[in-house]
Amino acid sequence: MHTHVFERLAKMTARTAGMPTTRQAFVPQPIVGKNAAELRAYIKGNDPVSLRPFVQEVIEGLTGPLSEDDIQGLSFERSTPRLLEPDTEDNLHQLFLDNRWTDTLPIVLPTEERIEAMLRGTSHDPAEVVANLRPAQFREFWAITVEKVAVNAVMAGAKPEHLPVILALVASGITARSSSTTSFSTLAVINGPIRGEIGMNDGIGALGPYNHANTAIGRAYALACQNGQGGSVPGETYMGSIGNGLSYSSVFPEAEERSPWAPLHEQHGFNAGDSTAAVFLGGWYKQSYYGPREHWQERFRRCLTASEVYCPPLIVMDPTAARAFVQLGFDNKEKLIEWCSENAKVPAREYWDDQFANTLHKPWAVAGIEPYASRFKAAPDEMISAFAPEDIHIVVTGGESQPACFMFGGLFRGKDGPNQPMSIDAWR
Amino acid sequence: MAQQISILDPRGYPPKVVGKQLAPRLDSLDGKSVYLVDCLFDNSEIFMDEMRDWFAANMPQVNTKIIKPRESWVDDPDMRASIEADGDAAILGVGL
Repeated sequence: MHTHVFERLAKMTARTAGMPTTRQAFVPQPIVGKNAAELRAYIKGNDPVSLRPFVQEVIEGLTGPLSEDDIQGLSFERSTPRLLEPDTEDNLHQLFLDNRWTDTLPIVLPTEERIEAMLRGTSHDPAEVVANLRPAQFREFWAITVEKVAVNAVMAGAKPEHLPVILALVASGITARSSSTTSFSTLAVINGPIRGEIGMNDGIGALGPYNHANTAIGRAYALACQNGQGGSVPGETYMGSIGNGLSYSSVFPEAEERSPWAPLHEQHGFNAGDSTAAVFLGGWYKQSYYGPREHWQERFRRCLTASEVYCPPLIVMDPTAARAFVQLGFDNKEKLIEWCSENAKVPAREYWDDQFANTLHKPWAVAGIEPYASRFKAAPDEMISAFAPEDIHIVVTGGESQPACFMFGGLFRGKDGPNQPMSIDAWR
Repeated sequence: MAQQISILDPRGYPPKVVGKQLAPRLDSLDGKSVYLVDCLFDNSEIFMDEMRDWFAANMPQVNTKIIKPRESWVDDPDMRASIEADGDAAILGVGL
């Protein structure tokens, strides 16, 4: 049973599972926010796809005889040839647009010469599989190789020296083209010597469109995920209801030399001389504060408690703001993170009146996994912290023209779990 | 005439799709045990309660049981084993 807006996706998923005739019944969207009487009416009403009674679809799905197609299933292979049919540049640009292989902006056509040059940016075999990607859980995994990453890097306008960073981002296995209905985007933080080697910008406009390395790497990561996973097509492989502009490109370096605190990669077990990429899945919200001024605590509390409980804050702070926090006694990131965790308190009833807390945190709570179990046991009006210290992260960047603090929603994710930067050096 | 060029396909490599047979259908639901698999999306619990109540009111000869996976959006082999052990059919739902 699905809701009707997922019809194309549900049927495509059944097809790629080898069972295109899987019995599927549909009720209207949404389920969320509907009371028992409204859901009862869905069940007693018509399937909005077949226009037949919903329960009839369900019962016949369980008892109707199987056809030859049901018994055989569907087997097929899809080829993605190395080379496309030769054509003019104009026609090839149109082909890429028509096939939704771009982010709709112009691309650099990936000729063999350009790919060969791009591949000089890494010592890895072009045929090596970098990651298996998919747009969402329960979708099929597609494999992406070093060469295919290079193809998308060329398309994005990246340079060969950017390739190890792009490979590290893709190797995280975290797609920058999530199909989540919530409109995820994926931000990434670069640490270590590579930042200077390839001329990334951690100064004025670090998160803006003012530096080729920052933006081309972010765009290449996104295009590699889009094409590597088999697409990001609205209604099929992309279901983000509103969409997210951060999905074009959101990669930036930490201003390690101007930060008073240890950089992100050193906080997570790497050495200063290592180069890493840290991936944050989220981008649901962005809040801002300029200070710290006299009432910074109240303002921070409001930002923290306004943050979505499933998407903890990645605090991006200008070096001038970071140094001001040091003056307030926060002489390392961990102290400020601890303060944020202790002050991100909301009533338990508010925490659990959340779609994602209910869907994702509640099963862990019921299974006794902390801190979700304690949050679940709390009385409705008990104030509970929405974020454990390990959920919150601080990164320093910016041009010191304003003591700005941005909070982005972001789950720090690596290849094998949370809070794991990816090695860039491994992809040189 | 404009010059033609050759370029690379940007897509990754999809897996081979292997056809699978649908599970045998039942002749009737009378006296059968039907699992209602709550996929744990927000509010799916209430939807499944309503499905159970619909069967109780309209097809009381069907024995329905609500079951949930151990967590959202992951396969739960133990849950599937329970369904295979003493269920005749299963209905999965429902998201968003």
